[in-house]
Amino acid sequence: MNPAARAHRPPQFDTARLIDDRRIRIVVCCGAGGVGKTTTAAALALRAAERGREAVVLTIDPARRLAQSMGLSELDNIPRAVAGVDTSGGGKLDAMMLDMKRTFDEVVEDHTTPERAKQILANPFYQALSSSFAGTQEYMAMEKLGQLRARSDWDLIVVDTPPSRSALDFLDAPERLGSFLDGRLIRLLGGTARAGGRTYLKLLHAGFSVVTSALTKILGGELLRDVSTFVNALDTMFGGFRERADQTYALLKRPETAFIVVAAPEPDALREASYFVDRLSRDAMPLAGLVLNRVHPSQPGGIGAEQAVAGAERLEAGGSDELTAALLRLHAERLRLAARDERVGERFTSAHPEVPVTHVPALVGDVHDLTGLRRIGDLLS
Amino acid sequence: MGDWEGVRLHVVTGKGGTGKTTVAGALAMALAAGGRRVLVAEVEERQGLAQLFDVPPLGYDEHRVSSAPGGGEVYALAIQAREAMHEYLDMFYRLGRAGRALDKLGFVDFATTIAPGLRDVLLTGKAYEATRRRTGDRFVYDAIVLDAPPTGRVLRFLDVTTSVSSLARVGPINRQATSITELIHSPRTAVHLVTLLEDMPVQETADVVADLRAAHIPVGAVVVNQVRPAHLKPRELAAARRGRLDSDTIADGLRSAGLPASDDVVGLLTREAADHAERVALERKQRSVVDDLGRPVYELRRQPDGIDPTALYELAETLTEQGAV
Repeated sequence: MNPAARAHRPPQFDTARLIDDRRIRIVVCCGAGGVGKTTTAAALALRAAERGREAVVLTIDPARRLAQSMGLSELDNIPRAVAGVDTSGGGKLDAMMLDMKRTFDEVVEDHTTPERAKQILANPFYQALSSSFAGTQEYMAMEKLGQLRARSDWDLIVVDTPPSRSALDFLDAPERLGSFLDGRLIRLLGGTARAGGRTYLKLLHAGFSVVTSALTKILGGELLRDVSTFVNALDTMFGGFRERADQTYALLKRPETAFIVVAAPEPDALREASYFVDRLSRDAMPLAGLVLNRVHPSQPGGIGAEQAVAGAERLEAGGSDELTAALLRLHAERLRLAARDERVGERFTSAHPEVPVTHVPALVGDVHDLTGLRRIGDLLS
Repeated sequence: MGDWEGVRLHVVTGKGGTGKTTVAGALAMALAAGGRRVLVAEVEERQGLAQLFDVPPLGYDEHRVSSAPGGGEVYALAIQAREAMHEYLDMFYRLGRAGRALDKLGFVDFATTIAPGLRDVLLTGKAYEATRRRTGDRFVYDAIVLDAPPTGRVLRFLDVTTSVSSLARVGPINRQATSITELIHSPRTAVHLVTLLEDMPVQETADVVADLRAAHIPVGAVVVNQVRPAHLKPRELAAARRGRLDSDTIADGLRSAGLPASDDVVGLLTREAADHAERVALERKQRSVVDDLGRPVYELRRQPDGIDPTALYELAETLTEQGAV
C-alpha cells in the first residue's frame, strides 16, 4: 500500500471494548439488507454474554437456521434463554424474535379499557394497521426496545433492525406512523365527530366536502367507516403514539446507546451506510463504528497480482506446470478482489475519516450455530 | 429465439447483496440488442441504475442511458411513489383543488409511506402503464425490466390486490390493482431470481420460487451471479481440499515462471487453493439446489474489478449466449 492510502486508514473499531463497557446498555445494528446485520447482532450478544454480561438480543427477521441455533423456533414475542451459552463468567443470553402484531396489541391493551381494546383489536382498519402498514415493524421494534430497557432483567440489549427499504427507516418510520396516528388526516378519515382544533376547522370549512368526496372516491366508503369506528375507539390513546415514538427516539440519543453500522464492501451497501452515518451525526446519535463484513483478505507478502498473472501466462504459453499456473491465476484473482474491497472501503473512509472500522473476512460457508457465532465474535474483536 | 418470447414485464429480484440491479441492467441491455427499445425501472429510490450506467441521478422521466449491441436502446426510470401519486390523481380524478388539499392534509405522505400496498400499486402501476404505452399501433417499449424489492419483500410487492384490499376493497384503486394483478399473473410477466451460490441466498431463492408458484405468478430464470471461474481440475480440487497438493510440483512451476519459490509462497498458494476448493464444493451443492428448481439457469461470472458499463455489456452478451434472449 502506498503512503497516501495509508493516511486514509480509519481508526480500528474495537467491538470487544464496546461490549465490555458496562455503561453501554443498548447496541443497535443497522445497515442495508443482506450484509449480515442479524448475524453480527447475535455474535456480539453471545460474546457479551460469555464475557459476563446479562444480554438479550432482539432479532426482527432472522434466517431460519440461525433462529433455530438460538432456540427461536417460535415467534412468541417473549425473550427466552439460549441454550449452550457459556455462563461461567456470570452472564446470560436471552433471545427473542419480534412479533409486531402482538406488540401492537399489547400497546393497545395497556392504554385503554378492556372493552375498548376488544373493539379496537376487532376493527378491520386496526388489523391492517397492525399487520401490514409500512413502518409498523419499525415502530414496534422501537416499542419493544423501550419495553426491554424498562425491565431490569438485562444489562445489555442488542437490537437487529428490520429489513427496510432504507436503513434510515428504522429512525424515521416510527415517527411517521406516530404522527399519522395522532394527526388530522386520520381524524378526517374517521369523520367529523371527534374533530377539534382551529386549524382543522378552518380546513374543514375550506374544502371538507371536496376532500371527503375525493377520499371516498379513492378509497371507498367502507374503509372510511372502519376508520371512523377505529378513531372513536382510539380516543383515549390519541397523542400517545407520537409521544411513545419520541420517547424511544430520545433513548437512542443517550450515551448508553451505541449504533453499529453493518455493511459489505459493495458500493450500494456502503452508500447506505454513509447516509446512515450522516444522519446519526446530524441527530447527535452515538455511532460506535462500522463493521465491514465479508471482506476478501489480502495476504501480505508473497507474489503481487500482476506478477502472478505474468507468471501464469508464461507457464500457459509453455504448456507446462498447469497446476502452478492455475494457482497463480487464483492468487491474482484473490488479490484483485481484496484490492477492490479496499478501494470501496477507502471511499467510505475518505468521506467519514473519523468512523472506526473493523473488517470481518469472508468466511467459507454460512453461520448457523453458536460455534459459528463465536467465530464471528472473535473476528469482530 | 430466447427463453422469454412474449414476456413484456421482466421482474428482477434477489436477496440483498446478490447484484439484482446489475442483473436487471444487463438483462435490459440483452433484451434491447438488435435494435429494440427497453425500459429498466427501479422502485426503491436508491439511484442504483444511475450508478450502474454511470449517468447523473435519474428523475421521474425516462432517460436513454445506454445503447445495446446491434443498435438497441436502453431507457431508465426511477419510479418515485410521490410523483406517481400526483400523476395518478391527475390522471384519474382531475382533482385540482381537492388534490392540493389532500396533499396538505398529509394524504400523499400517508399513501406513499404508510398505507399498505398503495405505494406498491403506484409503483407497479407505473410499470404496468409503460408495458401498454403505444405510439400509433406500436408499443413504445419492447420490454420493461423492473428492478424490484429484494426477495424478502417481493411477494407482497407483486401481490398488490391482496395488499390494498385491506384498505380499498372497492373503487378505482382496487380496479387499478386488479389490472396490474392480471398482468403479473399472465405469461406476459416473468419474475427472475438473482442468487449467489451460497447457503442463504439459495435458500431464499428456493423459498420465493415456492411462494411465487403458490401465488400463480410466473417464475422466470434463476441467474447465478458472481460465479467463480473454475481454475482447478476436479482431481486437483479434491487434492487441494485435503491439503494434498504436491509442494515440489508447485515450487518447480514457480521457478519455471521466474517467481520466488520459497516455502512461504508455496504454503500461501496451497492454503488459497484449499479455501477455493472448499468454496467450490459448497457452490456445487448449492448449484444442485438451484438446478432442482426446474427453471432456466444463467451464470454470470464474478467481475473482480467491479461493474462498469463495459462489464455490463459483457454480462448482457453472456445472458444472450445462454438463451435469455
